[in-house]
Amino acid sequence: MASQALIKDFEQFLGPENVFSSEVDRHTYSFDAAVLRPVVPAFVIRPTNVEQLGECVTRLYREGVPMTIRGSGTNLSGGTIPDKTDTVVILTNGLNRILEINSNDLYAVVEPGVVTADLANAVAAKNLFYPPDPGSMAVSTIAGNIAENAGGLRGLKYGVTKDYVMGVEFFDATGALVKTGSRTVKCVTGYNLAGMLVQSEGTLGIISKAILKLVPPPKASKAMMAVFDDVQSAAEAVAGIIAAHILPCTLEFLDNNTIVRVDDFTKIGLPRDAGAILLIEVDGHPAQVADDAVAVEKVLKECRAREVHVAKDAAEKTQIWEARRQALPVLARVKPTTVLEDATVPRSQIPAMMKAINEIAGKYRLDVGTFGHAGDGNLHPTFLCDKRDKEEFARVEQAVDEMFDVAIKLGGTLSGEHGIGTAKAKWMEKETSRGTILFSQRLRRALDPKGLLNNTKLVGI
Amino acid sequence: MKDLKQLATRLMELDDRLAACMKCGNCQAVCPMFGATHMEGDVARGKIVLIENLAHEVLRDPKAVAEKLSRCLLCGSCQAGCPSGVKNMEIFMEAREIVYTYLGLSVVKKMIFRILLAKPKFFNFSMRVGAPASRMFFWSSKDEQKTTHSPLLKGIIGDRHIRRVPVKPLHATVGDLDEPRIGGGVKVCFFPGCMGDKFYVDMAKACLKVFKHHNVAVYLSSKFACCGIPAVSSGDGEGMVMELKKNLDLLKGKDFDYIVTPCGSCTDTIRDWWPKYAERIDASAADFFRKLSAKAMDINAFLVNVVGVEPAEPRAGATTVTYHDSCHLKKGLGISKEPRALIQANPDYKLVEMKEADRCCGCGGSFTLYHYDLSRQIGQRKRNNIVASGAKVASAGCPACMMQMEDVLSHNGDSVLVKHPVEIYAESLK
Ligand SMILES: Cc1cc2nc3c(=O)[nH]c(=O)nc-3n(C[C@H](O)[C@H](O)[C@H](O)COP(=O)(O)OP(=O)(O)OC[C@H]3O[C@@H](n4cnc5c(N)ncnc54)[C@H](O)[C@@H]3O)c2cc1C
Ligand code: SF4
Ligand code: SF4
Ligand code: SF4
Repeated sequence: MASQALIKDFEQFLGPENVFSSEVDRHTYSFDAAVLRPVVPAFVIRPTNVEQLGECVTRLYREGVPMTIRGSGTNLSGGTIPDKTDTVVILTNGLNRILEINSNDLYAVVEPGVVTADLANAVAAKNLFYPPDPGSMAVSTIAGNIAENAGGLRGLKYGVTKDYVMGVEFFDATGALVKTGSRTVKCVTGYNLAGMLVQSEGTLGIISKAILKLVPPPKASKAMMAVFDDVQSAAEAVAGIIAAHILPCTLEFLDNNTIVRVDDFTKIGLPRDAGAILLIEVDGHPAQVADDAVAVEKVLKECRAREVHVAKDAAEKTQIWEARRQALPVLARVKPTTVLEDATVPRSQIPAMMKAINEIAGKYRLDVGTFGHAGDGNLHPTFLCDKRDKEEFARVEQAVDEMFDVAIKLGGTLSGEHGIGTAKAKWMEKETSRGTILFSQRLRRALDPKGLLNNTKLVGI
Repeated sequence: MKDLKQLATRLMELDDRLAACMKCGNCQAVCPMFGATHMEGDVARGKIVLIENLAHEVLRDPKAVAEKLSRCLLCGSCQAGCPSGVKNMEIFMEAREIVYTYLGLSVVKKMIFRILLAKPKFFNFSMRVGAPASRMFFWSSKDEQKTTHSPLLKGIIGDRHIRRVPVKPLHATVGDLDEPRIGGGVKVCFFPGCMGDKFYVDMAKACLKVFKHHNVAVYLSSKFACCGIPAVSSGDGEGMVMELKKNLDLLKGKDFDYIVTPCGSCTDTIRDWWPKYAERIDASAADFFRKLSAKAMDINAFLVNVVGVEPAEPRAGATTVTYHDSCHLKKGLGISKEPRALIQANPDYKLVEMKEADRCCGCGGSFTLYHYDLSRQIGQRKRNNIVASGAKVASAGCPACMMQMEDVLSHNGDSVLVKHPVEIYAESLK
């Protein structure tokens, strides 16, 4: 149990309004968006400036208190669930200032707790573009995005969070400030520690500032929807589009289960017998967009698309995207518990992966709907269940295990964007190697000798 | 701890609905409370976890959970945006009733909801005596909104800037109405709501003026009790049932096509909560209120969709007005176009949109009574958006929102007036 003295100490330092130690408050920081067992922390602190953040880490390290840093707690792998009941949770939402948006040099400097959508909007207001767009961007934080290397719908053309991190400042486990990267496009001063902090899931350091790359926004875009009888043809179309040297900004996929469920719920008249739908958007210079749209349409037809709808205006574009927007909400309503996975395979293996997912779901008598980022091979098989039904949930866990096995065999990965946390830690070695685990653990121990930062996450310490 | 077990058992009735929350955290983006405090315990998923943990006996502090549950505007923003379709409003209302009943309703709340609101005669009497007397206690805030504040009563009402209570409430001015249909036309039951009857009397009169202009016959009782939402949201289901019984007597056997209110919260309550609570009276009451529920209509929607009022082009130099989407109107009833159309029907006004028009204003009915500081803090964001729009008038289809906007605008010394869309439209009628 946390010593009362330590709580008092932090109350004095941060103000009582920034230290939450009541039983009810502690319970509200025991979970995140992952379907995992909650752990109630000792107490929760909220620094409101970066100096305070560093001082908090220093004090906790000195006292040997385990720490979990929490942004908005939307990660799907348990990265912000406290490791133990004596863990102190450090919140970043008191550090949510956008420090600079530089239109000349195309970068932004932000504090760790800035909400992704707030940054994207502020940047758009200056006629610039911050492309990473995780589905949770209305609430997720920039440091959470960096620490998970969050992706999104625009990954295929624009890349993911790591492609926009020019530099970070962070506190190491002992509270020492580390600066890496810069406001310049090129910078080779020292190790690429910023790169190391990307997808570090709160285990290597506590990000206190980030410098992010911005790009000019595309001038035009065009959206279309293509309907296929089977997943195979859709996958061929995806490969065909890329072989034609076109990089759509989004290339999304819905499987038959998802189509039927979305149509049940929204009655927007989707083709219920279709094997798959692809939703495609190309963007860029208007002339380029027009050319690309024609080329994509041609590939789609060659790949046996049964129907192709091209949005004529903004309203039609919104309508086309409605099916994709509704995918998760509709699936989430079917059953109480939604296990949202993100097994990812090379694009060409999508049909094999889809076949395996549906066979596994059949074998374990489970309901699954799959949608995702076809352009990246990043699928979101979504298992619909009720975690209160222990027997059913055990089947879900077996199915997920088996699914990862297939993903790895197909040359894919456990997680395209949702992270490892504790949810997938046991799979790490299978995808990588024993050496990888040992190397990572040695790295952690060297940087965090007392093993205090999110110590059960990823490879453990 | 036998009692805690009982409390847990009762809360388990909510378990299926609680389990629907996938803890995605999306509600953080829209929750006005979270916007003010950034605490998980103030956002829907945090409250759901607390109710769950109390139900599953992982947590044994109902008083602390009750305090968290009270830190909520019941604005429904979380429910409207929830990808998982969690029925947050039902969950919060029912959990409040279960937990508050277990703890015992405070004496003050009981007095308000069971005596004042359920016995309109008593309430009306106190208002009649109270309103003229209030002039001695309430001093003018010397602002454009003509609000008053009361340094003497600060301990009770805080530093609120509110309109002077009219000397005569609506029911004392117009009494009972039961007009015959005009040429076989439409007839409505006009339910002014407590705020319309006692506080925004001019607004309620504007509604009557508009009905008259459009040959809409009106049924109005001077004895209507409160719609009951303040009672339910304070966990007093019994109080709601008492008010409902009173209203049942006044509504049964009356001839009208719609029951129309100028308050989004009243309409929402009549539509969604009356049938539910009527089940506690008896089967025939439940049946009556189920049928009545289908006739509940917001006044903006009624005037635009039934009467057919149409927007006009604003004339040159028209007064700018910005519209705030009240939560219960937009998120509860899905009404956002109609009030705008009604405002636009008066060519002397030009509608300009504010940022975050549908973000809660921070009033939340009884929330503002218990958490005035938070309410003001949330209201400040609304005020900033109103002022940034440059509009001279701010409009909302809910008297509670009007009161909240007047309070924050007055505190900031802004020269923006607050009007109901019906008042704006009525100004265009001779
Ligand atoms: C409905 C839904 C949709 C989603 N869609 C996507 C998607 O499309 N793409 C995607 O990639 N992800 C998605 N996610 C997952 C999640 O939103 C992302 O991982 C996001 O980046 C997490 O941000 P956060 O602020 O909530 O971080 P948190 O969940 O609070 O934290 C995530 C990790 O980052 C660490 N961390 C937080 N702040 C810091 C810091 N200052 N320094 C160091 N480490 C830190 C934490 O310790 C934790 O390990 C989705 C989640 C949900 C619920
Ligand atoms: S948005 Fe809905 S499902 Fe998500 S956390 Fe909030 S209440 Fe739960
Ligand atoms: S009802 Fe409103 S205040 Fe209450 S939790 Fe939901 S969004 Fe927040
Ligand atoms: S007063 Fe209006 S905006 Fe505020 S909570 Fe109530 S309905 Fe919503």
